Amino acid sequence: MYEHLETAENRDSLKRVVVDPVSRVEGHGKVTLLLDADNKVQQARLHIVEFRGFERFIQGRPYWELPVLVQRLCGICPVSHHLAAAKAIDQLVGIDPENLPASADKLRRLLHFGQVLQSHALHFFHLSSPDLLFGFESDISKRSIVAVLSEYPEIGVQGVKLRKYGQEVIRMVSGKRIHGTGAIAGGMNKSLTKAERDYLLEDIDQMITWAAGSVALIKKVHCSNLPYYDEFATIRTNYLGLTKPDGALELYHGGIRAKNEHGEIIMDQVDYCQYNDYIHEEVRSWTYMKFPYLLSLGQENGWYRVGPLARVNNCDYIDTPLAEAARVEFKAHSGEAMVHSTLAFHWTRLIEILHCAESIKQLLNDPDIMGHDLVAQGEKRYEGVGVIEAPRGTLFHHYQVDENDIVTKANLIVSTTSNNMAMNESVRQVAAEYLSGRELTEPLLNNLEVAIRAYDPCLSCATHAVGKMPLQLELVDVDGKLIDKLVKHSDGQIEREHG
Amino acid sequence: MSKTITIDGKTIPFEDGQTIMDAAMAADVYIPHLCHQPEFTPHGSCKLCTVNVNGRNCSACTFPAMDGQDVLSETKELIDDRKKITQMLFVEGNHFCPSCEKTGNCQLQAVAYHLNMLDNHFPLFYPDRNVDASHAEVMIDHNRCIFCALCVRASQQTDGKNVFALSGRGIHKHLIVNAESGLLKDTDVDVNDQAVHICPTGAILVKRTGYQVPIGERIYDHQQIDQVSLAASGSRPVATLPPSLAVGKEHPKHGK
Repeated sequence: MYEHLETAENRDSLKRVVVDPVSRVEGHGKVTLLLDADNKVQQARLHIVEFRGFERFIQGRPYWELPVLVQRLCGICPVSHHLAAAKAIDQLVGIDPENLPASADKLRRLLHFGQVLQSHALHFFHLSSPDLLFGFESDISKRSIVAVLSEYPEIGVQGVKLRKYGQEVIRMVSGKRIHGTGAIAGGMNKSLTKAERDYLLEDIDQMITWAAGSVALIKKVHCSNLPYYDEFATIRTNYLGLTKPDGALELYHGGIRAKNEHGEIIMDQVDYCQYNDYIHEEVRSWTYMKFPYLLSLGQENGWYRVGPLARVNNCDYIDTPLAEAARVEFKAHSGEAMVHSTLAFHWTRLIEILHCAESIKQLLNDPDIMGHDLVAQGEKRYEGVGVIEAPRGTLFHHYQVDENDIVTKANLIVSTTSNNMAMNESVRQVAAEYLSGRELTEPLLNNLEVAIRAYDPCLSCATHAVGKMPLQLELVDVDGKLIDKLVKHSDGQIEREHG
Repeated sequence: MSKTITIDGKTIPFEDGQTIMDAAMAADVYIPHLCHQPEFTPHGSCKLCTVNVNGRNCSACTFPAMDGQDVLSETKELIDDRKKITQMLFVEGNHFCPSCEKTGNCQLQAVAYHLNMLDNHFPLFYPDRNVDASHAEVMIDHNRCIFCALCVRASQQTDGKNVFALSGRGIHKHLIVNAESGLLKDTDVDVNDQAVHICPTGAILVKRTGYQVPIGERIYDHQQIDQVSLAASGSRPVATLPPSLAVGKEHPKHGK
């Protein structure tokens, strides 16, 4: 589609524009554009400039540390890493998902629904709603949750409280809002008390109402400017994710399903322990993030998208009534088998928030979450693979241990990695369709960030900042001379410096 | 009339043969310590229990109580010294509390909280130390050893064995085990030995038990080390634990 913009030919003669860092996403990344003399974009790339090294430094540690150690990859979705690692180490003690005690399975699901709810709420309300409510090129002073809280206080407060509720679910199950414990090999370390269960039940109906309201809000925003929302940063891709055996939306455990851009099945109900036979990763020199692709389709055509849009596109139905009704409405709006609009990530994200809230209510009313049969154990194994649908998409954890229980090898395919190619393509689409040939301004460049932000990338799975991150834009002419420079300071002030 | 000393102005009785630490514990006065356990011969190595006796600094765990001693413990100077010692213990090893399975049950961490240690202050050494996971049930993570020798004493004095020893001096000091191979699997250690359960940090661990105690039920989740330590010495009952998770909309005290 826009691959021709990945690498320009006459790079030395082009102007370079850098968006560094990309703001209101988790982690550190930058976008570089190379422009010719007419400001036509010749090259556009999203670079991930951090290096974490978790796969290496967990080697040599005992396997039971993994869920607690690897969750430190992220402050937003630690639970997903915690649970993916837990699913992998379950296998090391001989427990497959179907042998996990019912109480442990349901507590983990509850924990995960809380996680997806709070992460999605954070992303939509705190990070993305300013773009969607005020416009992509709105005044910079408005592009933060603070402006949302002052101009749309009801929406802002609901967002903050939805997130808080998800965090409280996590705290009740794992002891802390961020980086608790909970999942251990073969089960969980505690169940809910009646008091804890009742505390969470108190507000759940309110959360379902607000979640349903947020779906109505995004539908209104999306449909009020339908052609633009359907085309902005849009690319036609394959999609991958877990589904239940009957094709229902699934976040905690299922088989891998992939569909192509026409909605045809590429593979279905693949055992994720065999992921290595289906998915490979490619490395490119200009970024620390790898490029995964489906082996059967090859490097060029095998890349795919993951996350809420992929899950809602891939599933046949959602097993909670309000979210299912929202899904049907969502699919109907485009009239296509698959919705490819990148901004539809937001819509699907909110459908999932609703699904999480409904599912939390179901689980809270299930007595198993207060059960005491929490841990199972079987024959020791030396290899474990845990896969989960994290808020940002399919997350793979794969470990090998030796006879002394020490980790010898680890491979993690983090959700955002799967969207690497897609994010680059979306950046190029925006650069080519909306920026090329125009004089670049700071608000205009926010369009690039809006495209990236739709994917809710977790670039480092660790750090994040809201709003006013420092930003520096340099316009360099063909001779390398700085002709224009915009500096956004951390206090939000913008200054133009002439070279 | 019985003999007495004063600690920070408080008059405390003692019996002949007691150390200042013994007398303090019996009287519900907490003096921070890591290498001391009343049931073993005092070691006097961690220096956290340093107090000022009649103008001179000495270790409370080894110094005999004598009639009329004027002992100062909670002075700013001594608290600062204790904090510095604790900071040095942290930077000398590799203590990563966030992922350590001993967190919440760790005396080193609890002492650091008690002393309001908010940073390492000193540059980290990042020593290259190994993990001995060779034994089927017990593991040594040398990264977390603070050389308190409690395992050495417990093995000798309670278990009737000689599994552990400290070797080397100064910065080269390290924990060794009694096997030619240098591996724990070739010693006569048993998972039920007291030596395996006495480590104040996460250096000696029972395998495959980490994180089984949920946050909220760990030793230091609701009580500081001074309360726990005095309760353990038998001089006063353990305070009733609040519910494992304080349910409420207020911001409750989190686990560490």
